[in-house]
Amino acid sequence: MEFLTSQILSGISLGGQYALIAIGYTMVYGILRLINFAHGDVFMVAGLLMVYMSTVMPIYVSIPLMIVLTVLLGFVIERAAYKPLRSAPRMSVMISAIGVSYLLQNLALYATGGQPKTYASIPWISNTIHIFGAPTRVVTVVTPILVIILVVLLTLLINHTKIGIAMRAVSKDFETSQLMGVKINSVISATFVIGTFLAAVGSLLYFTNYPTVVPMSGALPGLKAFVAAVFGGIGSIPGAVIGAFIIGICETLIKGTDFAVFSDAFTFALLIIILVVKPTGIFGEKTTDKV
Amino acid sequence: MKRVIALVLALVLVFSLAACSAGTGSSSANGEKVIRIGVFEPASGDSGAGGKKETLGMQYANSQVPTVEIGGETYKVELVYADNGSDQAKAPAAAAELVGKNVAIVLGSYGSGVSIAASETFKNAGLAALGVTCTNPNVTAGNDHYFRICFLDPFQGTVLANFSMDKFGAKKAYCLGELGNEYDQGLIAFFKDAFEKAGGTVIADSFPTNNSDFSSYINKAKSEGCDVLFCPVSIAYATQIVSQAAKLEANFPIVGSDTLDDNMVLAAAKGTDIKLYVSTFYSEGGNADFDKNIKAYINENADAKTANGGNDTISAVTAMGYDAYFVALEAIKAAGSADPAAIKAALPSVVYKGVSGDIAFDEIGDAKRDTAFIKVANNETALWEFETQQTAAK
Amino acid sequence: MSNTKKRIDRGSLITLCIILLIFVVTVVLENTINANSLLFTVIRKGAVYSLVAVSMNLLNGFTGLFSLGQAGFMLLGAYTYAILTIPNSVRDTIYYLFQGSSFHFSLLDIFQGALGETFGLIVAVILACICAGIVAAFFAFLIGLPVLRLKSDYLAIATLGFAEILRAIFQWEKLGKVTNGANALRGYPTFSDFNIKNSSGMIVFRLSSFVPLLLAGICIAIIVLLINSSYGRAFKAIRDDEVAAEAMGINLAKHKQLSFCISSFFAGVGGALFAMFASTVQAKTFTSAMTYEILLIVVIGGIGSISGSCLASFLYIACSEWWLRFLDNTMYIGGTQVPLLRNGFRMVVFSVIIMIVVLFFRQGIMGSRELPDLFRRKRIKEGKSDE
Repeated sequence: MEFLTSQILSGISLGGQYALIAIGYTMVYGILRLINFAHGDVFMVAGLLMVYMSTVMPIYVSIPLMIVLTVLLGFVIERAAYKPLRSAPRMSVMISAIGVSYLLQNLALYATGGQPKTYASIPWISNTIHIFGAPTRVVTVVTPILVIILVVLLTLLINHTKIGIAMRAVSKDFETSQLMGVKINSVISATFVIGTFLAAVGSLLYFTNYPTVVPMSGALPGLKAFVAAVFGGIGSIPGAVIGAFIIGICETLIKGTDFAVFSDAFTFALLIIILVVKPTGIFGEKTTDKV
Repeated sequence: MKRVIALVLALVLVFSLAACSAGTGSSSANGEKVIRIGVFEPASGDSGAGGKKETLGMQYANSQVPTVEIGGETYKVELVYADNGSDQAKAPAAAAELVGKNVAIVLGSYGSGVSIAASETFKNAGLAALGVTCTNPNVTAGNDHYFRICFLDPFQGTVLANFSMDKFGAKKAYCLGELGNEYDQGLIAFFKDAFEKAGGTVIADSFPTNNSDFSSYINKAKSEGCDVLFCPVSIAYATQIVSQAAKLEANFPIVGSDTLDDNMVLAAAKGTDIKLYVSTFYSEGGNADFDKNIKAYINENADAKTANGGNDTISAVTAMGYDAYFVALEAIKAAGSADPAAIKAALPSVVYKGVSGDIAFDEIGDAKRDTAFIKVANNETALWEFETQQTAAK
Repeated sequence: MSNTKKRIDRGSLITLCIILLIFVVTVVLENTINANSLLFTVIRKGAVYSLVAVSMNLLNGFTGLFSLGQAGFMLLGAYTYAILTIPNSVRDTIYYLFQGSSFHFSLLDIFQGALGETFGLIVAVILACICAGIVAAFFAFLIGLPVLRLKSDYLAIATLGFAEILRAIFQWEKLGKVTNGANALRGYPTFSDFNIKNSSGMIVFRLSSFVPLLLAGICIAIIVLLINSSYGRAFKAIRDDEVAAEAMGINLAKHKQLSFCISSFFAGVGGALFAMFASTVQAKTFTSAMTYEILLIVVIGGIGSISGSCLASFLYIACSEWWLRFLDNTMYIGGTQVPLLRNGFRMVVFSVIIMIVVLFFRQGIMGSRELPDLFRRKRIKEGKSDE
């Protein structure tokens, strides 16, 4: 019983952290039709920034500063690496994303000198508590609640504010909305700002749970979150969140069985099955090809 | 026609560059005789942290004894580095770089996979290579140019299985290693062998590369009622496992191999209730003079301190790197020449008394070692404490 | 352009000459200068990567199918090659964790026994390479059945997923008797076995850099012939407009499957060559990072240009493994230490260069042109001025 509780708890918390990353993927894809491969690495950079800043300043200063710097990084990446390629074929933009991801990893490697870095323990959320007899950290409980709050806020933003309406318009039809006077570039920047903000929050929760940061830390969560986004129907925020929770929980449960070796392979198998059976994911909208 | 000429010129340029790079590396620079020792170590990738600590030992040794006498002449010893990136696809090129710089002998690498991948390059160049802490049997098996000064995985796995049984009376062990990592999987196989032979049961799991969530595995070990967790993994994973086991209030001891002998892992165990034991080549306090001097060296030198992870705790790999340098010097002296072939011929019969123990080679090229040090982490001071010396024989 | 079919035009002739020249220069250099120079490592690895990059280009550049499964197919090829050619005498040492291999059959032993040392080696290696390709193509066929119906990004991510699944399967210790689990496979013939030795084991003539160039060259030549055939034209039609191509009577599913299998076949052969280059095979090497690397090569060379992919792979390998290496070491100019130079800086500079190429030289080195076009263009211009 304790085993199952503990497994499901860590699954939920992992799923929540994937969800925060997955929203960034799904929003960017919804608007730019771009798999932002660098997103996972932005997440890793957020972790490293926190490692470095927490040694020189108190936690309550470094957390907001880390979030601001990460958001800035997301904004700069969009302006520098994706904006010049707006009219280029989709493959070029995707390759540019791979290039940015490569650059961020190498920069992180250079900065850390190849040494794994230990994440600062943040008071209160690093504390251990017991739920139904299973020991866990406060962050495990905080994560799903925080995710739900953030998603509700985000949905409100998208449905009821001007920028939200603009975002929806752009994701429906890029060119028409441009003609209707939507400032494409600021909408896209806003998307990246929101996406990286959530990734920064996600990194805070994730690295509190798994407190070692290496340059490759972002690769696997990034890929998993992307799978979650596709699973839920890329472009759909509730879809990404539900997909992330499903993948997080399945992954943890599989790791507890004899097939632990295939926990990653399972995620990809799930993805391929979904793509083949229902290519638009659970909540995805049906698209038709235009000739 | 211009294009043709341009292309031909470009080709000529490329090849002449090659010719230049091949031509440099003569053994005398501004009148001083120089002999080069290649340091084939990872400075990036999974094993980057370990590779740097090993290199640190060699650098320290080089700062202590920077010259060697060959046939009555004094040669300056120069260390030449190549980063193999902990990656077998990059290892041959890094090895070729060392060979291209005309080194006389190669030291390294931390990590057996890259050593095996580079073996062919060293063999073709007629160079001897001296493994420092690569413990996989395949490094030296079936060749006459790769040697090593450390013990082997079958030995280490057996030692740790015996230790777990003797110390904790363990009946059930949980083994956790990285999927596809020959070091982890090899040790687990040998541990399993010895543990099961002695009447215990073993549950073995593998986690995928770049994994950070170990809570499921630890939960599983807990619910299965395992008496000990054996995780011979690289440093980044080890810190995760230790801190997550502490979070989940794991009540079993964690036993690790030589890779866990690292101050980052110690830092993760600090302030927790985790009982962490590691087997290793050298235990701090084994040689007081060496400890004192190298600590002074690390504290004076900012780069060295960064490479050592920010403090002056001495890793066993550093001591091994130190010994490897002197073994190489002994081989050069015994050869009486700077010729790689002569050094290769002289190396097998070298006998050296190092800080990590006596070093002599058997016919395969492995060091004759029959004991390993077991250290335990002190959760308050974050220092290693000597536990016992363990042999493979039961 | 009507006469191009009848006789080889000047551009192709010059290109052929250049390739021939490179072959000859490689052989000559290898036997004259220091044979351990990094140049030869670059040539060998560059040749292997050219083949893999061209095979990826066939799919991404010529058929318009965005696949990221290249590393997976290389893995299949590399393992097939290694398992088929490891001599029986060393199998037990290599599979020491699993008490020997379940394969007791080595192409190398069979052919060297029947045809003699040298000739047996050549036949065994070539046969094993072809088998490597066939295994990769077979798996591509199976994977292609469900996956090729997907569109661009989805196809990319699904093939990437397949490569990761393959890697996990090959690392699974339950299959250790075949794949050697996490341990590396080694002991099979590598490029250096092609060096000609005299009776006392001394190398008299080096061919270890020429052989990869030759093998990769033959495979690339076959791909070029294919692209210039009616199949190649069908592939390009699919790339340019699927719907139009279908309307013209091209069987989409069949041609996509064909292109996917052929590309994977050569990726498999490339994997076998990579195994020969690296002298060990371990599943850990064939990660998605490797696929990205190859994709970057294709982009730098120009999507849809075979010669671009070849040029780019040599440049890419030379930069990453050789020319930029000095950036990793501390350097002193006039007694002062040059700032920033320390380990890892090489890769930072390298990735910045890649970003610059991707952003500002979007067409890559060659765009969609080929090497012969460069020499031919002038003639076309002349022709135009005549009109």
